[in-house]
Amino acid sequence: MIAIVDYGVGNLFSLQSSLHYLGKQALVSGDPDIIKKCEKIILPGVGAFGDAILKLQQAGLDGLLKEEVRKGKKLLGICLGMQLLFEQSSEYGDHKGLGLIPGKVQPIKSVIPEAYKVPHIGWNALIFPRNKPINPLFQYIKEKDAVYFVHSYYATECEKNVIAYAEYGALLTAAVANENVYGTQFHPEKSGQVGLKILQAFCES
Amino acid sequence: MITKRIIPCLDVRNGRVVKGVNFEGLNDISSPVELGKYYSEHGADELVFYDITASFEERKLFTDILKEVAENVFIPLTVGGGINTLEDFDRVLKCGADKVSVNSGAIRNPSLIAQAAKRYGNQCVVLSADIKRVDGKFMLFAKGGRENTGLDAIQWIKRCTEAGAGEVVVNSIDTDGVKKGFDLEMLEVVCECVSVPVIASGGAGCVSDFVTLFKKLPKVDAGLAASIFHFGEVSINELKHELATQGIIVR
Repeated sequence: MIAIVDYGVGNLFSLQSSLHYLGKQALVSGDPDIIKKCEKIILPGVGAFGDAILKLQQAGLDGLLKEEVRKGKKLLGICLGMQLLFEQSSEYGDHKGLGLIPGKVQPIKSVIPEAYKVPHIGWNALIFPRNKPINPLFQYIKEKDAVYFVHSYYATECEKNVIAYAEYGALLTAAVANENVYGTQFHPEKSGQVGLKILQAFCES
Repeated sequence: MITKRIIPCLDVRNGRVVKGVNFEGLNDISSPVELGKYYSEHGADELVFYDITASFEERKLFTDILKEVAENVFIPLTVGGGINTLEDFDRVLKCGADKVSVNSGAIRNPSLIAQAAKRYGNQCVVLSADIKRVDGKFMLFAKGGRENTGLDAIQWIKRCTEAGAGEVVVNSIDTDGVKKGFDLEMLEVVCECVSVPVIASGGAGCVSDFVTLFKKLPKVDAGLAASIFHFGEVSINELKHELATQGIIVR
């Protein structure tokens, strides 16, 4: 069973549908006892960082996620859920994240040329870092496959853990991994067949 | 680099796609679910479902169908038609829509866009504007293009994007259905005045119309069309192949 963490942020319908489509059992829950019993955890998220981390804390889920990861459980953060894995964010003030991956979250505007529109919305190709083996999350897809992004902030100072970039006037972090913790800035549940294959790889990991 | 998007638009009434589509391998030619799957498997980058129902009962059926589409189609879904209140946003987002397109609802209630953007984020709010030339000026039309609002369309678009609309669909009434190409003149004016993605709609008749659109107006992000895709006059896969050959980045 895969737990999709429900902490009142964003629409979880598509994510659950895509896992069902893959024939995987998934439940949506914000109950720590239920999440604890699942084999894998997905942390979704849409909205602002500060608000989201506060809601996680209020639901008593921040400690739980760290504890489950420490025990070796696989965790996948998606979009804002990926950003929450980092140590800190500067979105509307400074906020501490879960600290499961070293690095921080900053506005895209600070690194891209002015002519580029923000948010970074649409389909963009994945670029795998040189001199690193391809992460198992991408075992069923190819480099340059396009995935769907919607974001105004990006993760930085995390080169060691980057497993894919996207080019948008600068190389933006598209996906990260740190042992049993994974994160995608893009939405695999909205990225067609490529996205489904990434979710499948996570489910099998 | 972000790819240019190709977006088919489906009108839905009574739970069925109006003007059913005739593709090989498609059993039910007017099922929104079958068609949604077909398009998403054949290169569409996004789907727009337009609710053209009139009654409350039919609207409920539309949302049920939308849910079924969202359970089976894993690309971004935009829903338009009958969006007048925040409750309407909520209704379609809960059924799996990713973006909501507003048109007449925003004209009737100009604060709708700001309220929706605040609650769901700018990326969720798409302004759809029906525009027609009247005495050489771009005017905003309402009620499916039947009524001149008397508003300057360019000013309207500026105002709505400042209020939080994250994308703009420009429907040219002048070129709609003519099939001689997109309204490049109108689109250029819009692109100059906004910094959010612009989606061109109205006038596409063949593959080269899309090539011309993206070559002449690199600021346009997406091309939207309905009947030319539905009637198989243009296949999205072939269209994308041609765009790629011409050096335009597509998925």
